[in-house]
Amino acid sequence: MPNFFLDNSDIQFLFDHVDLEELARIQEAGAENGDADYVPLDEADAVDDYRGILGIVGQVAAETIAPSAERVDAEGNTLNEDGTVTLHPLVRENLKQLAQADLTGFTLPRNYGGLNCPNLIYTMATEIISRADGSMMNLFGLQGIAETINAFAGKEIKDEVLPRFARGEVTGAMVLTEPDAGSDLQAVRLRAYQDGGGNWFLSGVKRFITNGCGDILLTMARSEPEIADGRGLSLFISERSEKVKVRHLEDKLGIHGSPTCELVYQDTPARLIGRRKLGLTTYVLSLMNGARVSIAAQSLGIAESAYRLARTYAHTRQQFGGPIERLPAVAEMVTDMQIAIEAARALTYETSRVCDRQNNNLRMLQAIPEADGDEKMRRTKLRIQHKRLAGMLTPMSKYYTSEMCVRVAGTAVQVLGGSGYMKDYAAQRHLRDARITTIYEGTSQLQIVAAVRGVTSGVFKTYCEQLEENQHNDPLLAELKEKLVACKEQVLEAVAFLKGKGTAYLDLSGRQIVDAAIVVIVGHLLLGQGATNDRKKRVARRLIESQLPVLHMNCQHVLSGDTSPLDEYDLLAEPVPANE
Amino acid sequence: MVGFVPYRSIVCVKQVPDTANVTAEAMKEDGTVNRAALPTVFNPEDLHALEAALELRDAHGGMVTALSMGPPKAADVLRECLYRGADRGILITDRRAAASDTLATSYILSQAIRKIGDYDFVFCGRQAIDGDTAQVGPQCAEKLGITQVTYLERIVDVSDGVVRIRRNIGLGWELVEASLPVLVTVLETANRPRPRAAKRMIRFKRARVRSELAGEFRKQMAEAKAEPEMPGAPFGQIAEWFDESGLLIDQWSLEEIGADLARCGLPGSPTKVHRIQAIVLTKEGYTQVAASNEGIRRLVHELVVDRTLG
Repeated sequence: MPNFFLDNSDIQFLFDHVDLEELARIQEAGAENGDADYVPLDEADAVDDYRGILGIVGQVAAETIAPSAERVDAEGNTLNEDGTVTLHPLVRENLKQLAQADLTGFTLPRNYGGLNCPNLIYTMATEIISRADGSMMNLFGLQGIAETINAFAGKEIKDEVLPRFARGEVTGAMVLTEPDAGSDLQAVRLRAYQDGGGNWFLSGVKRFITNGCGDILLTMARSEPEIADGRGLSLFISERSEKVKVRHLEDKLGIHGSPTCELVYQDTPARLIGRRKLGLTTYVLSLMNGARVSIAAQSLGIAESAYRLARTYAHTRQQFGGPIERLPAVAEMVTDMQIAIEAARALTYETSRVCDRQNNNLRMLQAIPEADGDEKMRRTKLRIQHKRLAGMLTPMSKYYTSEMCVRVAGTAVQVLGGSGYMKDYAAQRHLRDARITTIYEGTSQLQIVAAVRGVTSGVFKTYCEQLEENQHNDPLLAELKEKLVACKEQVLEAVAFLKGKGTAYLDLSGRQIVDAAIVVIVGHLLLGQGATNDRKKRVARRLIESQLPVLHMNCQHVLSGDTSPLDEYDLLAEPVPANE
Repeated sequence: MVGFVPYRSIVCVKQVPDTANVTAEAMKEDGTVNRAALPTVFNPEDLHALEAALELRDAHGGMVTALSMGPPKAADVLRECLYRGADRGILITDRRAAASDTLATSYILSQAIRKIGDYDFVFCGRQAIDGDTAQVGPQCAEKLGITQVTYLERIVDVSDGVVRIRRNIGLGWELVEASLPVLVTVLETANRPRPRAAKRMIRFKRARVRSELAGEFRKQMAEAKAEPEMPGAPFGQIAEWFDESGLLIDQWSLEEIGADLARCGLPGSPTKVHRIQAIVLTKEGYTQVAASNEGIRRLVHELVVDRTLG
């Protein structure tokens, strides 16, 4: 029986390496279980449940979702004349199996029928599903919508909607983007207005909406017409009805199983989530942070699938009297792919772990009685630390992992050569599916803008110092650690230089400085893994030794102070082509 | 609810050696399967039988009881049934049932089915991957004196005590009607088994048959002796707690199902296996047959001569 959890030695390793019992302890503390009859006895039991749950995810992924991926990619979903969408029958079957397996309320509390899994376990599950079919993740990964409702909606809406999500009866969509409001969500125009009775309605157009044909729509709309920026936006919930139609189903390069819809709202009844004006500034930012980690997980899954294909091909394809993996150029491609995946996985899982600590601390903070001032103070302080660290690691993970995914998927095609370019192999599908990951949920360029703040504001330095506290007895690990300490100094030197150069140069150099910072962080994470595993020691060595020159280059680049892309834009870019 | 008729189903499931990995130790000297030498799996077609029963319950309501026979370890397949949605599990476990052939097995199962009592459907997989006989289901039906429909592809509908079934007949299918109760054997093309439900797995991973509990209890007692501080509840209390929590899987002995011991185990099994042999079919050339009456006549003749036909 194939199983994408059990057959993945790195996920298995990390499952044991990360202190999941600690994670389970904070996750279960004060958990709202209602009358659920599936509550773990203790932390060890909870971890045993996580293992069992991921085993089910791995089985559904391998036995049901993966075999359907090729047909779903080839045939896609269908837009009907009445403005509804019919999902591909195999997509429907996949959703049915996920619902039957109780995997549709992954992180929801048990009183709503959820599994109350930590974010890290959800991240692992998302990766496993994405390996089976990158596009299936877009439906599985929409569970963040239920999470957002759980975090911010009133009890009435939660009681009504969340059990339906947990039972898998409904799927959702987060409806943000508009034709003129893509990366710049502050420009959202879709109108929210009230009738005399205080009921809300929505009117306008939304575009590029993943699963916009879903049953429950979380829509960001302008409820305050007099406020032009993000503070005039609120978040609304509405059910699928005649009053909201799919006008167009996008024809995309990849992720064909995921229906990407253009939606038309015509006086669609809706209910307000939480408070007015907090739509973008609080709720959507929170939702997007979770979604970014999910895209990192999706990227891991697609890359893993591409890698496995390339690894097998390099081993079986014979040229020049032997398998091509014996050719140095191919050997380097293959090992670098695998190491890149493990490095990105280390960063993504670490980010999830930090997010779990953040979420659970926030939950505990809200539950503290006013009287307990000391505890409140302690948790408030923790909250700020978590928020700053998650605020840096989340965009770093999304950026680093999605860029890795595109690179690995491209390399996989290269390893397969001419065969990789043909539709007979899945390599081209992985490359097409991969390509979206650096774009949606915030482009790489926007992730860098978010991450660079953490690198320049001291979060990076503090976090590195914390990572440097790990003592390594092993001489190789100790030596590598010393190199990373020196690298950190180099990054901080570049940061100091940047600070005197103004925001335009900071934005221009963002990629270089964030790339350099990530190498230091990932290096430390892999050293930590190497402390318990000899192979990981070699992985850490290869990553650090191969990336140090790149880090030096990036720091040098920053220190060069070259602003020609800005100063000489017209000259270097040449005039806008006349006929385009 | 008008017209709402819940059906009670029994699903026979078997824990089988994973025949994908057969080794030289696979058979014991007495010609029976050496279960210790092989990893065990849920007999694949039985999963489809379970799914057929669960789908019937989803559509009409009712209850699904999973029934198995085997050593206490075979409770694994009953737990799997509980994870996937069965309401109850029953394990017939008795040393004297060991080495039963299909005749003895179907006798024992039919006795257990009688003991369960009221039922509308008995679902079996078409056959098990260890013996590949496809006999146990039909033999059970004969012993119970009920209708059997083999090679089920799909239950078309069921009403007024009559079920219409589409069964596979090789190159096509036929639609048959049968009055309840009925025993059906299910093909793997009939459905796609649902996965384990996570919440049920979390709940039922602790479900045990009495023998398993006793084994774990003995082990704990032995460990407790090393650490005398550890107090242990008496076994009866533990079993009672499992029962009250719905975590005790029924365990029946041959006496409890009123079985005639002479018809069980080795004494009740006329089948004697002399040896098992792995046969690899190799192609030895081919003959082209002319598309004419004469060509076909010669082909049939050849098949009759080498006893492929007739």
